[in-house]
Amino acid sequence: MYDFSALYEATSVQNAVELMQAHPSAVLIAGGSDVLIKMREGKLAGTELISLYKLDELREVTMDPDGALRIGPMTSFSHATKSPLLQQYMPVLGEAADTVGGPQLRNIGTLGGNICNGVTSADTASSQVAYDAMLEITGPAGMRKISIHDFYKGVGKVDLQPGELLTAILIPKESYENCYGYYIKYAMRNAMDIATIGCSVNVVLSADKKTIERMRISYGVAGPVPMRARSAEAAVNGQPVSEATIELVGNAVLNDVNPRTSWRASADFRKQIISETARRGLRAAVERAGGVF
Amino acid sequence: MVVGKSVKRVDAIDKVTGKARYTDDLADKSALIVKIYHSTIAHGMVTSIDTSAAEAIPGVVKVLTCFDVPDRPFPTAGHPWSIDPHHQDVADRLLLNKHVRYYGDDVAVVIAEDEVAADQGLRALKVEYEELPFVLDVQEAMKDGAPQLHENFKNNILGRTNYEIGNFEEAIQEPGLVKIEGWYNTPVVQHCHIENHICYAEEQAGKIVIVSSTQIPHIVRRICGQALGLPWGSVRLIKPYIGGGFGNKQDALYEPLCGYCCQMVGGRLVKLDVSREETFISNRVRHAIRYHIVTYARPDGRFVARQMEAYSNQGGYASHGHGICAKGAGAFKQIYVDEKATKVDAYTVFTNLPAAGAMRAYGIPQVSFAIESSVEDAAKVLGIDSIKLREMNMMPVGYVDAFSKNCNYFDSLNQCIAKGKAYLDYDRLHAEYAKQTGPIRRGVGMAIFWYNTAVWPIALEASSCRMLMNQDGSVQLHICETEIGQGADTVFAQMVADTVGIPMEKVHVVSTQDTDITPFGTSAYASRQTYVAGFAIHNIGTQLKNKLLNYASYLTGKPSEEIDIVEGRVVDKSSGELLMSIEELATTALYSTEQAEQFSAEGTTQIKSNAYSFGCGFVEVEVDIPMCKVKLLRMINVHDCGRLINPQLAEAQVHGGMSMAIGYGMGEQLLFDPKTGRPLNNNLLDYKLSTTMDHCDLKAEFVENFEPTSPFGTKALGEPPACPGAPAIRNAILNATGVAVNQTPMTPHILFERFKEEGLL
Repeated sequence: MYDFSALYEATSVQNAVELMQAHPSAVLIAGGSDVLIKMREGKLAGTELISLYKLDELREVTMDPDGALRIGPMTSFSHATKSPLLQQYMPVLGEAADTVGGPQLRNIGTLGGNICNGVTSADTASSQVAYDAMLEITGPAGMRKISIHDFYKGVGKVDLQPGELLTAILIPKESYENCYGYYIKYAMRNAMDIATIGCSVNVVLSADKKTIERMRISYGVAGPVPMRARSAEAAVNGQPVSEATIELVGNAVLNDVNPRTSWRASADFRKQIISETARRGLRAAVERAGGVF
Repeated sequence: MVVGKSVKRVDAIDKVTGKARYTDDLADKSALIVKIYHSTIAHGMVTSIDTSAAEAIPGVVKVLTCFDVPDRPFPTAGHPWSIDPHHQDVADRLLLNKHVRYYGDDVAVVIAEDEVAADQGLRALKVEYEELPFVLDVQEAMKDGAPQLHENFKNNILGRTNYEIGNFEEAIQEPGLVKIEGWYNTPVVQHCHIENHICYAEEQAGKIVIVSSTQIPHIVRRICGQALGLPWGSVRLIKPYIGGGFGNKQDALYEPLCGYCCQMVGGRLVKLDVSREETFISNRVRHAIRYHIVTYARPDGRFVARQMEAYSNQGGYASHGHGICAKGAGAFKQIYVDEKATKVDAYTVFTNLPAAGAMRAYGIPQVSFAIESSVEDAAKVLGIDSIKLREMNMMPVGYVDAFSKNCNYFDSLNQCIAKGKAYLDYDRLHAEYAKQTGPIRRGVGMAIFWYNTAVWPIALEASSCRMLMNQDGSVQLHICETEIGQGADTVFAQMVADTVGIPMEKVHVVSTQDTDITPFGTSAYASRQTYVAGFAIHNIGTQLKNKLLNYASYLTGKPSEEIDIVEGRVVDKSSGELLMSIEELATTALYSTEQAEQFSAEGTTQIKSNAYSFGCGFVEVEVDIPMCKVKLLRMINVHDCGRLINPQLAEAQVHGGMSMAIGYGMGEQLLFDPKTGRPLNNNLLDYKLSTTMDHCDLKAEFVENFEPTSPFGTKALGEPPACPGAPAIRNAILNATGVAVNQTPMTPHILFERFKEEGLL
C-alpha cells in the first residue's frame, strides 16, 4: 500500500504542464523505479502524483532531419537496448541501459528518469554526458534546449523549473558519427547492483586508425554528478593508438576526478578503479573503432 | 522401493503453479495491521513516548509501548525446552523494550486499519531517550568499564567454553617446532530467506491462534505461552508452507508480540508483516566471530599442539547464545587431532548489535574459515602440500568422540577429497598456478569440514508422528518435522512408502503443522530432520504395517509372518501370490460389521545417537588484480551424508549451501556506523547477496557410506554445504596471488587493501 493523496494521468505533454501548474507540489512519476521506492520509505507521504505513463509520444527513438538521434525520455532501458537506431549509431547507450538493475526494472525505468533524478551513479547518464547530449525541456513558456552539461546542478538537483518536464534527449550527428563507445559498470555484483564507478569512453580515430582524433570520457560516482574528465581528454586527443596512450589516460583521469570516501568505498579504492576503467574503456573503444594495439 | 530415487517433490506442482498457500495468502483481509517502532539509538533508556498524535490519526486503532507490556522476560531460542533450569535458554526478552540495546530494538507498536494508517502512526510517535554509551566490538565489550548490556553478565560475557587436552605449555617446549599464528575474522550476515517473517493472530474458542512463518511450531507455541503468561495448550500455532528460514525462523521472532497485540484489541485478527529492512536488523543474524589460532607443528607437518581463542559477537540479546561459538570450539579438536595438546578459550559476548541466533551450520562456517585458513597458512610456512598436511592431521578412521559417541566409521574425508581433487585436477593446477605473474591470475583452493547430525546428547532428540490409513489404502502422515523448502515432505513420503509397503503416491504428507493436531516435536534445525524423522517413520510405519498384517491374517487365516505388503499389494511371502490389494484390506477393515478398524499408528520415538557428517569444497578462481575482483570459474562440494534418500533433492540442497558460501566468502556483510551503531546497508541493494550472475556452475558429488545408526543409512546434509566454500575461495586466492586474506567477505575493498600491502598494486 502506498501513501499518496491523488494520481493525475497526463494525456499529453501540454496536459502534463497544465497539471504541474495546477498541482505545484505534485511529483512527476514516469517508470516509478525511483518515486515508488521513496514512497515506500515514507519520504513522500501523502503526495500527489502526476503520471506520464500514457505519454507514448515520449517513448520513441527517431532521427531528426538534421541527423540527430531523438530519444524520447520515457523510453525504457530495455527498449533502448533493443532500439535499431541506437544499435546502429550509439550501441553504447543500449549496452549501458542493459546493466541497470535486473530485467523487471529495465522494463519500467526510463532514460529520462535516469538523468532527471540527478543521481551520479545512473548507468545511462555517463554515456549521455560523454556524447554531449542536448535536452529539450518543455514548460509553461514553451520549449527550451540546453546541454546536458548545464542540466546537472548538484546531488539530486537538475535544471527543471516549476511546470517543466524533459521531452527529448538529442544526440547530435557530429557526436555519434564515426564514433565508437564503450561503457564499464564497476559494481560489487554482476547484476542487481548500483555502480561503484561507471565509465563511458568514446573515440573517433583517424582514417588510418592509428591516431585518436577525439576521445570523450565520462564518469558516474567519481563526483557528485556525472562528469567528464576534460584534462584527460585533452591529453589523449591526437595521441597514437598505443600502450603508452592507455597508460597515459589511466593517470590523466586522476587529475579530473574527486571521489570521496564513504562507507560504500574509499576514495583510494575508487581512484584505483577510475584509472583501471579508463585504461580498459579506452582500449575497448579503440578496438571497436578498428584500432589495433 | 523409492528411498534412494530422485522422485519428484510432493509439493512441486503446487509451488510452481502458485497454488501453495503461505502465511500472507491465508490471512483474512480484515486483519488489523501491526507495525513496529524501532529504536533510533544503539543503547539507552526510553524516557517517554508521546502517542497522542499517532492515536489521533484516522485508522489507528491502538498504540502500545514499552511502558504497557508485562514485565515477564522470556527466552526466544528455538531449542527444545529443558526441564533442568540450568540448561534453559536465557530469558532476556520483553515484548517491547524500555532499555534498548541496539539500533532497531522494538519500542512500540501501532495497530491500525491498514498499512498506510499504521505507517502514519509510526511517524507520529514522539520517543525520547536517555542515551547510554554503546559498544559494537566484541573484544572492546569484554573490557572493564565497557557499557554493560544486561545485569548478571559481567563484562558482557554470556558464555565461555575453555578446555585443554594434554599440557599445552609443556607440549610447545618440544625443540624444533614451527609456530604458525593468525587472526581470522568473520562478518555479521543475515539469512535472506525469500519470505520475510510474517505472522497473524486471532482469538478463537478461548485460545490464541497464531499462524506464522516459522521453522519450529511446537517450540514457538511454548515460547508464546511463556511470553503471554498462558498455559501452553491455550496457544495454537499453525505453520503453513514457508519461504525459507535458514535458522532465522528457528527462533520465536514476532509471534509473542503479535499474540499480545491480538489480546490488546479484544482478540481481533491482527497481522504483523516484517519488511526486508526490519528483517535484516530486528530478526536474527549470524554471529560474527573473531578467531586467533596458533599452531605448533613439526617440520614434517605433524600438529603437536594448537590453540584457539574465539570471540563471538552476540549482539543485544541472548537468543541461541553461546551454543554457536561452543560448537566451533568442539569442532576444533575433532576435525584435526593434535599429537600432544589442544587448548581452546571461546567467549560469547553481548554488544549493541542486532541479536545473533541460529544460521545454517551454527558456527561451523565461521570456525571452518578460521581453521582451514590456518591449515593452509601452516602448509605454506612448512612448505608442504596442504592436502597432505590435512591428511596427516585430520580425524583418523575409528575416532570416537568421548561426548557425542560419534564414530568416524569410514574414510569419508579422504574419499571426499579424492573426488574433489579429481574434478578440478587440483594437484596439477595448484602447482601450475603458484608460478603466475601478470594482472590476471588463476588459483585453486580447498577446505574440509566436520559436522554433527542433530543435537543429541546436548539436548532432547525425539520425534512424533501419526499415520492414518484411508479406505483406498493411502496414508496421511502427520509429523512434527517441518517442510521449509528443503524437501522434507518428499523424503518423509519416500520413507513411509518403503516402510509400510505402499506406493509413493499413496502417501499424503500433511504439510501444515498445527499444534492442536500435529504430534509434538521440535522440527527443522541442526540438519536433524531426515535422520531423526527416519527413526520415527520407521518405528511408526512398522507398527502400522504390523496392524495391516494382523488384519490380513484375520481375513485370510494365514499367519501374519507369512504375509507381506509390497507396493500396495498384500501377498503371500513365500509364493508372492496376491492375496488382496491394500484397498481391499483397508476398506474391508473400515466397514467391517464384525471387527471395524481404521488402521493407524502413532507415537514418540526417542533418539539417543548422533552421526558425523563430513565433506569438502574445491574451487577455481580467476583474480583480476587491478580491478580487485575474483571470478569463480568452477566449484564443487563433496559430501558424505550417508545414503542419499533423494539424490536430486540432495544435489539441490548442496547447490543452495554453496550459493550461501559464495555470498559469505565474497560479498555479504551487514555494516554499522561506528559513530551511532546505525545499520548502513539493511536492504538487498546495499547488502551484496550474490546473484545468479555471480555464480559459476556448481557441482555436487557424494560419497555414500551407509550410516550404521540410521534405519535409512542417512545423516546431516541440510547445513553442511554452507561450510567449506568461503575458506576454499580464500585458499584459491592465496594460490593465485600469494596473498592471504584473513577475513570474509573478501570484497574488492578488502582485496584492494591487501594487494596494496603486498605490493601487487
